[in-house]
This record gives sequence, C-alpha cells and structure tokens, in this order.
Amino acid sequence: MKKRKLTLTQILVGIVGVIIAILFTLPMLWFVFAPFNSSVSLSVAIPERFTLENFVVAFSSEVAMRGLLVNSVIIGGGTMVGTAIIAAMAAYGISRGNLPGRQIFTTVLILFSSVVTGTASMIPIFLLIFSLGLIDTHLGVILVMIGGLLPAAIFIVIDFVDGVPRSYEEAAMISGAGPLTLFRDITFPLIRPGLMVVGIWALVNAWGSFLTPFILLRDPLKVPASVAFYVFYDPEGTPNIKLVAAYAVLYTIPVVLLYLLVNWRYGFSFFGGIKR
Amino acid sequence: MQRSILSRRISVLFASPAFIFIALFLIYPFVSIIFISMTNRTLVGATAQNPDFVGLDNYIRLFEPSRWMNRGEMGFSLYITVQFVIGSALIGQAGLGLLIATLFQRRKGFIRELVFSLAVAVWIAPDVVVAFAWFAFLDPFDGTLNAILGALGLGQPDWLLKYPLLSIIFFNTWRGTAFSMLLFSSALSSIPPSYMETADVVGASTLQKLRDILLPLLRPYIATDLILITLWTFNTFTPFLLTGGGPAYRTELLSIYTYRTGLQFFEIGKGSAIAVIVMLINLVLASVYLISLRSRPLEQPSD
Repeated sequence: MKKRKLTLTQILVGIVGVIIAILFTLPMLWFVFAPFNSSVSLSVAIPERFTLENFVVAFSSEVAMRGLLVNSVIIGGGTMVGTAIIAAMAAYGISRGNLPGRQIFTTVLILFSSVVTGTASMIPIFLLIFSLGLIDTHLGVILVMIGGLLPAAIFIVIDFVDGVPRSYEEAAMISGAGPLTLFRDITFPLIRPGLMVVGIWALVNAWGSFLTPFILLRDPLKVPASVAFYVFYDPEGTPNIKLVAAYAVLYTIPVVLLYLLVNWRYGFSFFGGIKR
Repeated sequence: MQRSILSRRISVLFASPAFIFIALFLIYPFVSIIFISMTNRTLVGATAQNPDFVGLDNYIRLFEPSRWMNRGEMGFSLYITVQFVIGSALIGQAGLGLLIATLFQRRKGFIRELVFSLAVAVWIAPDVVVAFAWFAFLDPFDGTLNAILGALGLGQPDWLLKYPLLSIIFFNTWRGTAFSMLLFSSALSSIPPSYMETADVVGASTLQKLRDILLPLLRPYIATDLILITLWTFNTFTPFLLTGGGPAYRTELLSIYTYRTGLQFFEIGKGSAIAVIVMLINLVLASVYLISLRSRPLEQPSD
C-alpha cells in the first residue's frame, strides 16, 4: 500500500515535469531545425533537405562576421581580463588589509550596481562616454561593462583570497618580499581557479549584453554580435531569416558551452544568481 | 582577529583601480543625473554646451495630471510596468520556480536534470536570441504556438498585436524562472529531512506539511527572491527586443520609456528625470532588501 502510493506520486511528478520541460522547449524549437533548412520560414518544420547554405549566408555577411569574430571577441575578452585583474587586486587589498565593515561594504556595492542599472544609468553613462570622446569605441563599451560587473566580481574573488592561508605570505615577508611580490607571486597564482570563474562569468555577460553596445556604438562594422543580430531582425523590418537562423547558433553555442564547462568543473552553484 | 598582511594605505592602493571604476560608472552617474534632470540639456545645439537650469520643470511635465495616464506618458508606462512586474516576476517566476523546486525536492533523475538544464539554458542564452525565438514562436501565421492551437481547433490570434502585455509577461516568466528555481531548490535542500519524517510519523497531510513546515522555513528565501526579481524585472530592457515598446505604447515599460525619451529622441533633461525616478524606486527596493537581510533569523534553525 505504502509503496503504491509512492509510485503514484512519482508518476504525477514525472508527468508535470515533462509538461514543464515541453513548455520550456517549445519557444526554442525553431532553432533546432531552421538553421539547416533550405526553405526556412518562421514555422517549425523538419527540413525536407538538410543544408549548410544558411551558414554560408551568415559567413558571407561582413557585419555578421566582424561582429562575432572581431568585435564580440574584443569586447568579451577585454571585459573578462579587465574585470578579473581589477577584481583580484581589489579583493586582495580588502582581504589582507582587514578593512573594517567589508561585508556590508561589498553587499551595498552589489546592491548599488542593481540600482544604477539599465536604461536609467545609460543616460549619464552615455554623456560621460561622450564627453570622454569614447563614443563609437570598443574601449568605451569595455570600461562601462567592467564598471557594472566589478562589485559582484570583487564579492566572489574575496572568498577565494580568504581561502589562501596567510602563512605563505608571512613566510615570504620574512625573506623580504614586498606587497606587490606577495600578490603577484603567491596569491595571484593560487586564486587562478577563482579568477577563471569570474572571468568567464564576465565574458558570458559581456557576450550577451545588448544595451551598452547598442547605445555606445554607431559604426555597423564596430558592433558586436548581439547588436548585429538585432539589426538583422529589427521588429520594424523584415527579418533576414536564413541569416538569423544560422547566426543565432554560431553566436549562442560558445557561451552556453563555456557556461556548462565552468559549471561542470567548478560549479557556478550560486554565482549565476548575479547574472545582470 | 587576524593580523593584517598589508598596511591600510597599501590595501587601499590595491583596491584603488576598482574604486575609480565604481566611482566613474556607478556613483558619478547616480549623482550627475540628478543635476542633469534639472536642466534642459540636449545632445546638440545651444543647450548641449550650456544647458539652462530649469528646476523641477521636467518633473512637473512628467506628472502633468491631464496627460499623465495617456499612452506614451509616465503614468501609463508605470502602470504597464507594475502589471509586468506582478505578472511575470511575483506570480510567474516566483510561482513557477517554487513549483519546480518543490516538485523535485529530494528527487533525482532524468526529468529533473532535463527541466533544470532547460530552465538554465533559456536563462543564460543571449537576449537577442531568445527575443527572436519568441518573435517566431508568436508569429500569427507560421508560429509554433498558433500551429499547436490550430491543431487543437482553438483560435489563432496575433499575440503581439492583440495581447502584447500578456505576451511579454509570459516571455519574461519563461526567461527568468531559473533564478527562483535555483534559489528555492537550494533553500529546500537545507531543510533537514528529519522534519518531514517527523511530520509523516504524526500523520500530517501534504497541505499541513506545506503550511506548517515548508513555508515558514522558506519565508526568508521567498522574501529575498521576491525583492531581487522585482528589482531586476523592473529594470529589464529585453522586452524591447520583442515588441519595441509597441504596439501603440502598450508594452512601453519604464525602461523603454526612459530609452525612448533620453536616448532615442535625446530629450536628455526629461529622460534624466524619468531615470531619477526609476533609480529612486530601485533604491527603495534595495533598501528593503538590506533591511530584510539584517532582520533575518538564523538560517539554520537550531534544534
């Protein structure tokens, strides 16, 4: 009796679970077949003839390819490296200087980055970048991205710095090492896994971000893949469906793979929660 | 108390690049926009270099009672945003997240992995890609949704034209449920199994277990979740990629209204006034969150 009741619950959970899984899948189903369909439309259809022609269309668009292979790589890479290094230095200073009230300090910073966010923050940031002469430059986009990601990045890296035993540094201090040597030769190599996590988290954010480059860049040959993609399907115009279908795959797969890789190796567990 | 490795001066030096970034891109925008919102600044022309101080004029224009609730105005946009936050965050994401988390509590297996992976995948996929996916999904003639409804013999409306707000509410629920799901799931796994076993022994019903054990223990997590997703949903710009704010301003969230006024038409003074109001609402939400953190009881109930 007891056992039967258990299986009934299991069946119910299974049915509801499958329904939820289907609901999550349906809107993305189009992307499974459309990239390989020679006569692609907005409907979900198993292609009569599988083809890679749509990818040829994507590869022959200069805006699409520069966006993906040059601009997104520069913006994503710059944001990743900048965020990781600056956050590592800050986390080192905060952890090893025993600054008072650091818990509340980092929490308030993270919250503040959720207050000064979105389109509301883009007006003053646009004016700032404009007056710095950095409109239509990758550097401007990278700096703004780093600024927004730093509070959460520092918060994550501090835990990794705290995990490095202080005795290593104390031993090195006895033999006369200065602060910069301690950081560069002892702590930095030891927190590298943490910096990997934060760096890839920053890269995934920069890769997907639309608003900042959309506002700060003008030249179609400078925009990253996110903005290029939007140009191809702007709701006001007619989407270039062949291009969109193939381009979405090329653009999405790298970040999803990176995310899964880091998740599997280090476990994002809850860092993903501070996705912006 | 641990000894310091670095002197206070050196540690501040290490943190200074980060402080410069935070000052430039978080604190300066917050302060400067309050001043800009009291000017008639534009991007080009005479008022670009030397804007005039206009006091609270921009705010008075926003709150002008005769136009306030017209389409494309502040009040209407705020009303849309409130419906959007309640529908997609508080009911949609939190509700569905809690459902999935409780459904698979202390269960393993293929279906659980499938649901969790799908929810996380649509959460981390780039904005523009998921927006286009829904654009195709909701297409009145070729879209998957209407194909299914048609096969079931139901109506096939043009969703983005007839039910635009409902469409972006479902879109954002689908897009953001993963966060609540993960939060509630890790909260549930911290509840000792012995609580449920004891309840089983004394013969408590499922409803009683939910009301008397799960909900009280989950309450702090639910508070955290609701405040954070409200803050994020309130500021999201992604629906713009699906509807552009239309048709006829019917999905013009405050984030999109801010964009249209300040960054598309470059009425910078007025746009800044909207942005200040948005940030003040954000500040209230963030403060509520901080207060709830401080008054939170011990996470692990001691027994």
